[in-house]
Amino acid sequence: MSYKKFFPYFKQNDLVYLDNGATTQKPQSVIDAELEYYTNYCANTHRSNFGDANRATIHYEDARKYLQKFINAKESCEIIFTKGVTESINFIASSFAKKFKMVIISSLEHHSNIVPFHMQGRTLGDGLEVVGYKDNFAFDYEEYENILQKNPNSFVSITHISNAFGTINNIKKICELAHKYDSYVMIDGAQSLAHKHIDVQDIGCDFFTVSGHKSFAPTGVGAVYIRQELLDEVEPYQTGGATIRSVTYNETTLLKSPYKFEAGTQNIAGVIGFKRALEFIDEIGYDAIEKQEYRLYEYLHNELKKIEEVEFYNTTKDSISNKSFNIKGVLHDDVGILLDKQKIAIRVGHHCTMPIMEKLQIKGTIRVSLAFYNDFDDIDKFIKALKKAIRMLKD
Amino acid sequence: MATIQETIENIKDDLDFFDDELDKYEYIIDLGKKLPEIAESSKIEQNLVQGCTSQVWLVTNIQDEKLFVTGTSDAIIVKGLVYIILSIFNEKTLQEIREFDINILKQLGLTEIITPNRQSGVQGMIQKIMEVSENG
Repeated sequence: MSYKKFFPYFKQNDLVYLDNGATTQKPQSVIDAELEYYTNYCANTHRSNFGDANRATIHYEDARKYLQKFINAKESCEIIFTKGVTESINFIASSFAKKFKMVIISSLEHHSNIVPFHMQGRTLGDGLEVVGYKDNFAFDYEEYENILQKNPNSFVSITHISNAFGTINNIKKICELAHKYDSYVMIDGAQSLAHKHIDVQDIGCDFFTVSGHKSFAPTGVGAVYIRQELLDEVEPYQTGGATIRSVTYNETTLLKSPYKFEAGTQNIAGVIGFKRALEFIDEIGYDAIEKQEYRLYEYLHNELKKIEEVEFYNTTKDSISNKSFNIKGVLHDDVGILLDKQKIAIRVGHHCTMPIMEKLQIKGTIRVSLAFYNDFDDIDKFIKALKKAIRMLKD
Repeated sequence: MATIQETIENIKDDLDFFDDELDKYEYIIDLGKKLPEIAESSKIEQNLVQGCTSQVWLVTNIQDEKLFVTGTSDAIIVKGLVYIILSIFNEKTLQEIREFDINILKQLGLTEIITPNRQSGVQGMIQKIMEVSENG
């Protein structure tokens, strides 16, 4: 079945889109949901009481309830909308994680899960520890437990799926170990929702960040799940309109979660579109999504393997969607330009993961990032264009 | 010597000769191969233009109110683009560079030059040339 028919982007052009880790295309239903809000009931939420304002508030809160059920959170007050994973991480880093003496991250983190901690003055060994990896980028649980043993009551912030290499971490195990040592865990789920079903209660995490735009929703919307027991402890990251119960010149009394965390007018259309994107995922089903993606991922890896100049950094084991590689004797930038000229959209560079690139002693990689709507024809076209680029650059 | 505007028009004529986009880039790769290497000792942090991935080194000198500029890159296509940019600005008077409207470069139709990507080394290179001329 071709899933591209749901996405107007693919009707407009014949480009091969393989940059889904950066952002995904949007189904017509998501675009329609945003358009409907702007054309039929555009009003602010949680403030005014006229018809369209109430309608907008209902739709907005429906999205919260939908996301709650979608990731199996206990209560809808555990879901806070943000502008994306970067904001979600910055929020929790600055309003909760800052209280901890030690923050523990992994080698495969995106800059968004490193820089907020540097901004708190943490450096390696001084407020920040980094868990290494074993063969095939497998998370080093032994080293992790050693760090936890030496630093109980820490804050752990780990990616679920590596944006550069597609490695899937066993986040359930990461949470179990952290809790054994009285530590708290935030999962960077930027690359998760488009590919895998998330159950925050089963995972046992304290915080889980999700991206809308990397999961078929509009840009500028995401969320963070905060475990109910922590809602009173987490301080607001920003304050302002619609977060308060009462304000005098002397003091402010805040509302309860989620409202105390959502200051100012939110991305209402984005949140409504986000709900539609989640409904879309439900309609397709994670079983079908994962099945299609694994087939494509294996095929991509095997086709790349046939090109003798290709250098891999990991296998397809315990990984999904994102495949990074290089071409011997050729710089990834040059390949990126020549693929672009052949209407293949991929990303080259360090993928906002400079520390791991440094560790691998490379400047960057060529990254193919798949979504379930890609097909074998996309991969065939990509491989053909890649071979042409290699020929041109090696001549 | 040709003016900046005349040089750009000449380069545009050369690039317009190619109907096929890939042929155009084959030509740019050839320009990259023709670019004289700069001394290894010049490939220092101070001469590095900040970009995301491919590195661009630019060495500038000002003599008699003229800009003398050499450079290179570790990526072959970018090297070809360096060749083009150098042929536009090298040995031009500071006055002419200062008066130059950077938007005119769009006429070349090379996305790597006109894309406002904050990570682009090529953009950084043009920016540096303009800054050096401004402060020169």
